Amino acid sequence: MTLDQAKRGQRLYIASITGDTVRAQAIRFGIFEGSEIHCAEKLPAGPIVISKGKQEIAIGRRLAENIEVQPA
Amino acid sequence: MHCHNNLTTINIPEGAKKIVLVGNPNVGKSVFFNTLTGVYVDVSNFPGTTVDISHGRFGSDVVIDTPGVYGISSFNDEEIVARDVILSADLILNVVDAVHLERDLFLTLQVIDTGIPVIVAINMMDEAAEQGIKIDIDLLEHLLGVPVIPTVAIKNKGLDQVKARLYEAQVGNIPADLKKQLAETLNRIGCWAEALLVLEGDPHVADRHGVEPGTQRDEIYHARRHRVNDVLQHVVSETQEGIRFSTKLGRLMLNPLTGIPFFFVALYIMYYVIGVVVAQDIVGFTEETIMQGFYEPAIRSFIGRFISEESILGMILIGEFGLLTMTATYIVGLLLPLVVGFYLILSIMEDSGYLPRLAALVDRLMNVIGLNGRAIIPLILGFGCVTMATITTRILGTQRERTIATAILGLAIPCSAQLGVIAGMLAGLGTKYITIYVVVLILVLGIVGKVLHKVLPGESSDLLIDLPPIRLPGVKNVLKKTVTKSHAFLEEAVPLFALGALIISGLQITGLLDVIQTLFAPITEGLLLLPRETATAFIMGMIRRDFGAAGLSDMALTPEQTLISLIAITLFVPCIAAIIVMFKERGAREGSLIWIGSWIAAFLVGGIVAHIIL
Repeated sequence: MTLDQAKRGQRLYIASITGDTVRAQAIRFGIFEGSEIHCAEKLPAGPIVISKGKQEIAIGRRLAENIEVQPA
Repeated sequence: MHCHNNLTTINIPEGAKKIVLVGNPNVGKSVFFNTLTGVYVDVSNFPGTTVDISHGRFGSDVVIDTPGVYGISSFNDEEIVARDVILSADLILNVVDAVHLERDLFLTLQVIDTGIPVIVAINMMDEAAEQGIKIDIDLLEHLLGVPVIPTVAIKNKGLDQVKARLYEAQVGNIPADLKKQLAETLNRIGCWAEALLVLEGDPHVADRHGVEPGTQRDEIYHARRHRVNDVLQHVVSETQEGIRFSTKLGRLMLNPLTGIPFFFVALYIMYYVIGVVVAQDIVGFTEETIMQGFYEPAIRSFIGRFISEESILGMILIGEFGLLTMTATYIVGLLLPLVVGFYLILSIMEDSGYLPRLAALVDRLMNVIGLNGRAIIPLILGFGCVTMATITTRILGTQRERTIATAILGLAIPCSAQLGVIAGMLAGLGTKYITIYVVVLILVLGIVGKVLHKVLPGESSDLLIDLPPIRLPGVKNVLKKTVTKSHAFLEEAVPLFALGALIISGLQITGLLDVIQTLFAPITEGLLLLPRETATAFIMGMIRRDFGAAGLSDMALTPEQTLISLIAITLFVPCIAAIIVMFKERGAREGSLIWIGSWIAAFLVGGIVAHIIL
């Protein structure tokens, strides 16, 4: 499934991220293939907020559709 | 090592070392900068960007600050500037946030990989301790191969250590794999740091050396990320789990149920500070009392002794639109207080961590008009000064987004000077008319954005934004940011305002202003159903938006006519300084399209409303 389908509060593993720039930016925040994240908040039809440790990141809905995840 | 010096904007004395401060956003880097340099600091704008870099002296050496970045590359202006400053460094002081080591150490390792001597300051050690995060400093030092100093900068802890040990900075541990990967590129380029960036696919650095950018970014980044995680596993131990209050507060600002009311409260405070305190009380004093009351008569009588006010030079200098009269009053009396007020609020929102959350909250709404949440920043600034906001569109990810945002700013966002006059006139009309005015403007904004989003080729960028912890902003930091930004804006805009004034004086002297006025009259009467004298207001509106609105307030108009004319004047062309900036930022073609588009939008929408309500 993709990140936009995640439920609030769910723990997930990142399976793949499409897009070179996005992948490069995400990996700096510690988000890359294999890392475990937590879906902290979902704005209605809007961005997904994920957290990893103390780090929180908002990801636009369309971008989230390009991020493959698996429930942890 | 043969490395290029890309810092042509800063004067470096002979033999002085370049000490460069590097860190992620919001790690407290500026406190380090202030401690090292003391009070004598220069701020210079980096050519072609809105990014300013501060530099000052530390002994006989030079300390240069860089914008907060998450890595060295060229994804945006800030990164490009930081990259070029880092590449020219003799020594790097890397400030990291003890609470966010997982994020910050990525930059640290990248900095170490450049082969430039590094010293690391781990800041906010108190916050880390509070959250039960323990960091083994000695082991971290050993693993990184560079000195590491724990600090609490805002409480002045550890800063003396940083000063004392600054020159102990050394080249850190670069993994053998990376060295091997770099060998070939290094042979061709001759500079370790630049070879690394070429290998990581930085197009600009590769271009400078006339080579193709490398394709190994993914591989290098992954290896680096694994190194970071490996280091963390060894040096960090957490004793406490659970969500803190600031995290909870941050979530409340995001959740629409609580976030939207919070946003309106923030907007109201902003409106009160800018719209009431600054725009009315302060500007009333600075513009009317000081500038128009004392300054203008004084400069008129002084210059008038040498040059007649009716002569051409006299009109240019001290006439109605004179360089020393209108331009000076406008910049000092009106613009300066407004710009400072806006940047003050923006800096507080930025440093408190609210702005990225606001960007996330409005992201979905912005998507409709082809923008992402980040675009809320220039749009809000537009209510202060459209010229200032147009320059700020540089923070947007793609040219497409910048075009859309600039067009919206040019058309549908009234700047504070104009808004002040408009609000005064609308207030007398009652709720019904105010509602129509607001709804029409929002509709136009939506339609313009939507249409541009449809017609413009390419795709807009998506939101990917770090949500820093909610913090109480530091007063010193906020003030410094405000001063730096206001200064940079005025430096860029003042010549343009002067140029605008010159053009208008020229039109007046040659009599062209009267000619335009006569030509213009039919549109007002025929289409907008307004008295023909309103043409004057529109002509004035081309110079300064509030002039146009102010011109209307002097006329005897029915409530319906007032509404029509206010809608038209709001949609009408941006002021002369704003349009010059738009030409400069977006090119002649887009600039003229926006200008012509404003004419069409103003009279079309004004005409439609006129024929509906009259």
